[in-house]
Amino acid sequence: MHNFIENMKPKWKSFRESMYLLAKNKLSLVAFVIIILFIGMAIFAPVIAPYPEDVYSTHISEKLLPPSAAHLMGTDELGRDVFSRVIFGTRVSISAALVAVAIALIIGVPFGALAGCYGGWVDNVLMRITDVFLSFPPLLLAIALVALLGAGLKNAIIAIVISWWPWYTRLVRGQAISIRERKFVQAAETIGTPKSRIIFSHIIPNCISPVIVQASMDIGGVIMTLASLSFLGLGAQAPTPEWGLMISAGRSFFPDKWWCCIFPGVAIFLTVLSFNLLGDAIREILDPKTRKK
Amino acid sequence: MSKYIIKRLLLSILVLWGVVTITFFISRVIPSNPATKWAGTRATAEQLAAAAEELGLNDPLPVQYVHYLGDMLHGDLGVNYSTKIPVTREILTYAPATIELVLLAFIFAIVIGIPLGIYSAKKKDKMLDHTVRFFSIGAVSLPTFWVALFFQLIFYKVLKLLPIGGQISSTALIFGEKPHVTGLLLLDCLLTGNFKLFWDAFRHILLPCITESLYPIGLVARMTRSALLEILGEDYITAGRSYGLKEAKILWRYALKNSLGATATDVALSMGYTLTNTFLVESIFSWPGIGSYISSAVTTLNFPAIMGVTVFGATAYILLNLLADIIIAMDPRVRL
Repeated sequence: MHNFIENMKPKWKSFRESMYLLAKNKLSLVAFVIIILFIGMAIFAPVIAPYPEDVYSTHISEKLLPPSAAHLMGTDELGRDVFSRVIFGTRVSISAALVAVAIALIIGVPFGALAGCYGGWVDNVLMRITDVFLSFPPLLLAIALVALLGAGLKNAIIAIVISWWPWYTRLVRGQAISIRERKFVQAAETIGTPKSRIIFSHIIPNCISPVIVQASMDIGGVIMTLASLSFLGLGAQAPTPEWGLMISAGRSFFPDKWWCCIFPGVAIFLTVLSFNLLGDAIREILDPKTRKK
Repeated sequence: MSKYIIKRLLLSILVLWGVVTITFFISRVIPSNPATKWAGTRATAEQLAAAAEELGLNDPLPVQYVHYLGDMLHGDLGVNYSTKIPVTREILTYAPATIELVLLAFIFAIVIGIPLGIYSAKKKDKMLDHTVRFFSIGAVSLPTFWVALFFQLIFYKVLKLLPIGGQISSTALIFGEKPHVTGLLLLDCLLTGNFKLFWDAFRHILLPCITESLYPIGLVARMTRSALLEILGEDYITAGRSYGLKEAKILWRYALKNSLGATATDVALSMGYTLTNTFLVESIFSWPGIGSYISSAVTTLNFPAIMGVTVFGATAYILLNLLADIIIAMDPRVRL
């Protein structure tokens, strides 16, 4: 572990350099601010939400009220404040997306390093397996898996992980192949460092930065996938304040009571957009071909 | 090149085998009682027994697997337990409406996306470029199912311009049958000269089609832009400029032609995403396609239908990827 941390230090330095470049790009700065706002909203949801108790408690007498000063985004079919539920929704979506991406990384990264380091049949078998997983249209494999496992937030996350890990395996493999040929790895091999140690303290730390970039870009996509699954009734279940689920519940009263559907959608859009903008900016910075001279 | 295509084709078959194997695991090996999954939770004892018989659950797993592969080779995806109709036949009935929608969405994407990308590249770092880039990233970040609802709100409820859903008006068929030539309704109306029905169908397809094309428009515009920018930085373009060629000629004759290969690949690949989006869009616009089929299958947990569409969708996706690779291979600059 100590070795791992030591080896991460130069990576951290280049990470700080990238952050500096990132801060110079206005659009990415705006995206970054929105992301921080959403994360803050998730953490301080009980303080910010005007009716924190409305996440679960119902008030039938106040159902489907249009937006007003008392209820900024109106109330839903059970009289709950939509604004409060949208704020609490950031908790569900962001934490679920972080968990899903983290697990996909834990599975995908070692496999990629293994494939890249060993090459030969190990590489071939692992890559053909990722080929198979990646040849399902996105979402479709997740739908089939959740249909089998049973609807629910936990199973939706499992399904997303299963359809997501191959991307990281591919990415890390490509990196690992180029790092494998570097002098320091060959030196480590010459002095007889065990292969597992080479993988964990030399290969993985050195190919981690593009993986982190990709993972941060993927969070938007995972939030969207989760919302889509919930919209189909396969993800989070009532009464969880999940954006996709809120839209799906509001559909029965749409388009007359439009506020139940429209506002949670705006929340999804803003979160996903800011992650995508940030990802786009990071990609521009890392790609020497499009970097501004 | 033909050697490469054959190799690529064999690889696709291998991948397809892998896909079918995974679906076998999902549907037969993981569940503790596959028969209940297959026949539904509300199935009677006879239905369960029939399902077990149909799936050959009394055989050992390897035998089941061989039978399963045999069924797949014949295009047999099992029987839908609620309608008692083979899933393959049901999918084929629903497929034309989906194909029509996806194709038209892609025509939109190409006709709008490529020019947007070109102009964005031409005016790099100007206001127009930023607008197009913002729009294309925005289009990719919009939840499709929400856009669909939003369009219904604007164009149906507020403006009263377009119908809320369906493929044709319920009154449109009073004076005649639906034409049947290719199965694609819009094309069939044109072929039989039924312009009244064509107009009606066109008004119905417009909203779902625009909803679905937003994602590929954004993607195509972004990809065209970056491919074109890369090529505009090449030496031969500078050489062309120093010869005094007109900027328009450089752009349209020399740069664009060389960037279209990359765009074509992305178009083929983004079709995969559109296949996914079509599930959500169709169920909202009550479009009678595969998307509505799987959405209703999901709500009733109709397992044969879900697995059937999964295999069907993966096959379509693999074919599209194959097509994309063949397009790349046709580029004479690519050495294989």
